[in-house]
Amino acid sequence: MADALRFRNDDPIEEPAVSLDAFLDQDGASAVRIEAGDDPRRLIPHLARVKLVEIGIPRFRDGRCFTSARILREAGYEGEIRAEGDVLVDLVAFMRRCGFDSFAPQAGLNRADVDAALSRYANVYQHAADGAVPIWKLRHG
Amino acid sequence: MQLLTGNDLKTGAVIWWTGRGWSLHVEDAADVGDQGEAILAAEDGARRVNGGYIITAEDSASGPRPSHIKDRIRALGPTVRPDLTLKPADPAAGDWVI
Amino acid sequence: MYKYDQYDQAMVDARVEEFRDQTRRRIAGEMNDDQFKPLRLKNGLYLQLHAYMLRVAIPYGTLNSRQLRKLAEIARKYDRGYGHFTTRQNLQYHWIKLEEAPDILAELATVEMHAIQTSGESIRNISADQYAGAAADEICDPRPWAELLRQATTFHPEFSYLPRKFKIAVISSKEDRAALRWHDCALRIVRNEAGEEGFEVYAGGGMGRTPFIAYKIRDFCPASHIFSYIQAILRVWNLHARRDNIHKQRMKILVHDLGEEEFRRQVEEEFQNFLTLGTDFPQAEYDRIAAYFTPPPFETGLSEDIDRSDSAFALWVDQQVIAHKAPGYAIANISLKPIGGIGGDVTAEQMEVVADLAERYSFDDVRVTHAQNLVLPHVRKADLYAVWQALDEAGLADANLDLVTDVIACPGLDYCTLANARSIPVAQKIQQRFADMDRQLDLGELKIKISGCINACGHHHAGHIGILGVDRKGTENYQLLLGGSGAEDTTQAKITGPGFDEDGVVDAVERAVERYRELRDPGERFLDTYRRVGFDAFKEAIYG
Repeated sequence: MADALRFRNDDPIEEPAVSLDAFLDQDGASAVRIEAGDDPRRLIPHLARVKLVEIGIPRFRDGRCFTSARILREAGYEGEIRAEGDVLVDLVAFMRRCGFDSFAPQAGLNRADVDAALSRYANVYQHAADGAVPIWKLRHG
Repeated sequence: MQLLTGNDLKTGAVIWWTGRGWSLHVEDAADVGDQGEAILAAEDGARRVNGGYIITAEDSASGPRPSHIKDRIRALGPTVRPDLTLKPADPAAGDWVI
Repeated sequence: MYKYDQYDQAMVDARVEEFRDQTRRRIAGEMNDDQFKPLRLKNGLYLQLHAYMLRVAIPYGTLNSRQLRKLAEIARKYDRGYGHFTTRQNLQYHWIKLEEAPDILAELATVEMHAIQTSGESIRNISADQYAGAAADEICDPRPWAELLRQATTFHPEFSYLPRKFKIAVISSKEDRAALRWHDCALRIVRNEAGEEGFEVYAGGGMGRTPFIAYKIRDFCPASHIFSYIQAILRVWNLHARRDNIHKQRMKILVHDLGEEEFRRQVEEEFQNFLTLGTDFPQAEYDRIAAYFTPPPFETGLSEDIDRSDSAFALWVDQQVIAHKAPGYAIANISLKPIGGIGGDVTAEQMEVVADLAERYSFDDVRVTHAQNLVLPHVRKADLYAVWQALDEAGLADANLDLVTDVIACPGLDYCTLANARSIPVAQKIQQRFADMDRQLDLGELKIKISGCINACGHHHAGHIGILGVDRKGTENYQLLLGGSGAEDTTQAKITGPGFDEDGVVDAVERAVERYRELRDPGERFLDTYRRVGFDAFKEAIYG
């Protein structure tokens, strides 16, 4: 994943991600892949040994990945969450807000386009998994 | 006969394939025979048409008449606003649609 | 009414630039239409039969005169001099060019308007009671909550690529003027025994090809946690909805598949999770928003008298004017249903007339109704005559609110690429058949709703009489339905039998209406008689 976009400072995980079922069957794995349709909460009891969660995005319009990533962050997971598949630059900002911090798009993404998309909106209306301060909080201090 | 139609990418206007390019008028539309898919692929790729598709039409003295009412309404304009159609001066233009 | 601060303004301004960039990429060929379509739909931009169509959000159906004048200006400059008010209180332009759409959004942003999430698989513009802040029967003005939820659901990162669209409505009275239970999520403000404000929550409604009436999922959700509750609903749906068949992805289908109890159980579990996340907006933010919706400075000591010596005016008052909560004031409905016209269509000039009237006589406030009419919510009774005269001059003084000629109709096959049949000509023929005012008044409240396809934008499932246009081997055909309601007595209309052609369905409507006249008890509306005597008596009248 040399050209994956990463927003983390730690070293990339080289271990291939295994399916959720395989991960739950074997104690040694630390990289797991969640497909759209998998229940992300099955992973929660095992988060201590997870270093990478790769979330598969079959079509960019399939929004289950947003909920999956956010549920893992809500459970306290701090390791890498990678978006793999049909990642459109216009969705990257939402993905970051839901907890994704690396991207392995099938079609490739231009880093400058990604940076432009991420800086487009100065503020956000609501809490999510990224720690951005919602506008209501800015209004009321 | 088989016609190609779609919308202009930038303006959204209804357009018809004439054999050499696109026209706003269904009267200019040309029979594409079995070449429709190939022409559409090229034209869509060149962004000269948006949402293009193939329709059947009957040839008539006044030119091609699309088989389906939807495409006849597309060819003329809204039946409830004759003033906004391509033939605002022709009070009988709507009869061609129905 | 709500005013943007710098944050709200920055949000819509950034959206304009984002869409400008997306449009540029599409025109330059950096994106194909498969990629661009979901993005343009999130800005309400469709490709329709004759051009692009832009759907402008009118949050909770409230406009001021400056905004209405801007809508008129856009109609003139970028469209063909008119706009169309929809059954979701929005405005559509039907002749838009893609290359000009970013400029239109920029114009809208100058008057605190946008087209964000007016289409696509997102949380749509939130609708509300059109009489909010004026209705005599409301607990409180529901619009501060609608505005709070507008912000909370705008660019929601988790819920911007939902399985399908998601529609929310908010009201605060027993009488339902917003078709509440036909929404995915419907909120009615209530007070509990302790006097605290909260929401009765309904979930899983929707029209379309598989209509469902929303069920009450919660009797009382504390007002301060309503955003958590809605997020819980959205999350359960987003995780578990089918994604394999676009016709089965609305939330109503999941509710139906899981069952009401199981859906409720999962939502409650997720709600408890959301309560721990601190995502609810605080009281201070509600108070800030609510301050924009304080009642206007109503005068006191006004006369209650209305001079009825002009009989045409008196008729209009009887039909269009509704009781207001403040003494000396009235709610004036403006019909957009002239006989033989196009329901919901308004010219730029008419928009400007209404804007002037709102500014002069209604505290700068105009409302849009889901029945495709307009409202001046706060008019002094003493000013009603002047208002009526100005409306009359502009061709806006029809007196047919909720009568047989106040037909709801979607744009249908005259404009819409999804439609199977035209809706507007059928509405026009029905209006012409029943144009006689005495006959209209004799028939009383009778809501006819026409959709040109099963997507049901014309609310045919909720019509006392519904009409559904279908394509029968390339020709337009119309099914007749009876017994629907979008009011507090919500019911789903039932198909009567084989369809008709355009003239045939108008005849069939007339036969149903005449059967009502034969069977009605004193004081009964069409719907009441239908419910009392049942479907068969009407079916027999229609088909013989």
